[in-house]
Amino acid sequence: MNKIFEVPLYAYERSPDQDAPSPVRHKVIVVGAGPIGLAAAIDLAQQGVEVVVLDDNDKVSFGSRAICFAKRPLEILDRLGCGQPMVDKGVVWNVGKVFFNDREVYEFNLLPEKGHERPAFINLQQYYFEEYLVNRVRVLQAEGAPIEIRGRNKVEAVGTHPDHVKLEVETPEGAYTVEADWLIACDGAGSPIRSMLGLDFVGRVFEDNFLIADVIMEADFPTERWFWFDPPFNKGQSALLHKQPDGVWRIDLQLGWDIDKEREKRPENVIPRLKAMLGDDVHFELEWVSIYTFQCRRMEKFRHGRVIFAGDAAHQVSPFGARGANSGLQDTDNLCWKLKLVMDGKAPESLLDSYDVERLHGADENILNSTRSTDFITPKSVMSRILRDAVLDLSEHYEFARPLVNSGRLSVPCTYDGSPLNSADALDGPERTRPGSPCPDAPVKDGFLLPMLAGKFTLLTIDTDAPEMIEEDGIEVTRVALSVKDDPTQELKRRYLGNAESAVYLIRPDQHVAARRPNFDEPMIRQAIRRAAGKEHAHV
Amino acid sequence: MSDLILKPNIDDADEFYADLLAAHEGLDKADSDALNARLLLVLANHIGDRTILSQALAAATLKKE
Repeated sequence: MNKIFEVPLYAYERSPDQDAPSPVRHKVIVVGAGPIGLAAAIDLAQQGVEVVVLDDNDKVSFGSRAICFAKRPLEILDRLGCGQPMVDKGVVWNVGKVFFNDREVYEFNLLPEKGHERPAFINLQQYYFEEYLVNRVRVLQAEGAPIEIRGRNKVEAVGTHPDHVKLEVETPEGAYTVEADWLIACDGAGSPIRSMLGLDFVGRVFEDNFLIADVIMEADFPTERWFWFDPPFNKGQSALLHKQPDGVWRIDLQLGWDIDKEREKRPENVIPRLKAMLGDDVHFELEWVSIYTFQCRRMEKFRHGRVIFAGDAAHQVSPFGARGANSGLQDTDNLCWKLKLVMDGKAPESLLDSYDVERLHGADENILNSTRSTDFITPKSVMSRILRDAVLDLSEHYEFARPLVNSGRLSVPCTYDGSPLNSADALDGPERTRPGSPCPDAPVKDGFLLPMLAGKFTLLTIDTDAPEMIEEDGIEVTRVALSVKDDPTQELKRRYLGNAESAVYLIRPDQHVAARRPNFDEPMIRQAIRRAAGKEHAHV
Repeated sequence: MSDLILKPNIDDADEFYADLLAAHEGLDKADSDALNARLLLVLANHIGDRTILSQALAAATLKKE
């Protein structure tokens, strides 16, 4: 049986662009049909923006690769119309176990907070993730949305101009030239677009190799994340076991720096390692093996005129903490509504600079967290190993040491504190919903809050009055009126009111809070809308 | 907020110091290093206050401010 990643999902087809007498100009071209490129294209197409995705391949990702998707990206995928198949297929897990040497030192439960539609995490192979995104593209196409994926279209050259970008694209039937008003580069950590433009990508290289294997086994391991520090089957190194759908297990084994990668990848070398880990009597089949190294680095800025970078092309982190694909989806979530406003002439081009400000902040947070995890997992000095082992030994006996154990700080969305799009906080409300925060979900009426806030500027009122619709300089804001009575569990009150009696929240299309106050004040709300659209400079 | 105490503060200092040495008695270098590291973490957790911990880290370097 062919696996999904062996079947061309967007096979090469000749485009009329290839026969056009002069280069055809598109609104947006996205380079890279990975999770981030597809999400960007779907987001734009849903807003009616004409978009073409170019990819040098014609299949979904080979092997499971990114497997851990967090709640916030699932909420973004809901807005993109493909969260449900991901959650239906994905494996939900809450329990993790930490092992040190030959023993279990402790067990934890993520204890996900109640009152959210989506789980804290799902595990799902990247190839399914991409397949569901491609399925969504096909549905949009059937509905007449202006979105197209061109397989085996490899960008060979980029020319940048003040108001457009020109691409030379190689196909199985020869090269052609195509143009776009905007280019979104989602072409991965090795981004050819970035190299062609001669842009920086600096950071820290980690001298380590990890063997990553997907095995299919009928094993009665529970649905838990197991992490080993210095286990007997991989002395001095680390190991990870994580469950994916279809009885596929992800195994991650740290190998160290001085190894022969080609040799380590051969099944005759991989299988004994896995047998030592799983036990001789467990039957398994190898589905995919790869060896990776990683770096923590980012571009100095993500926007270069009409070329905008997102996902791994813009920033790269270690895999510990699931911050790669998860943060890339937050990039496009942040970018696409801004790009739409700019393209429609409803916001100045400088609004796009806030993409840099906000997502550089996100990238730095992710790099910091993933670097710290890496330093814990692979101590770089004698003393850092002594301290690391002391933490692990103590964690077996005393609860206090457990928060110090760092096998990956799992991805949480970042709050855009200090963003130029935020208005000053004018509510004595909860910290977690201050301006810049991603809106936390809450149960309301028969459903949940977040789907009510999707994809447009919203004025959320809780137990106070406001107009049903405001238009400020071309930007329409629609009201969502709620009462604390709409949520008998009181989560809406806890998350959005705190001590306040009532609240008005101005919420951006990406569900981040732009401003909040106790009641509707028209001049102030209008000013907040202008600021959230990049039309007002923040007071210094 | 209180500051890191750098004046004598241990009751019966000689007794404490003897206990500290006794805890290391018979241990090889690796085990002693591990014990010190665990002790450090236990004490740090007891203090908890990040300001005090930062002051303690600075004090331990023996560098003038």
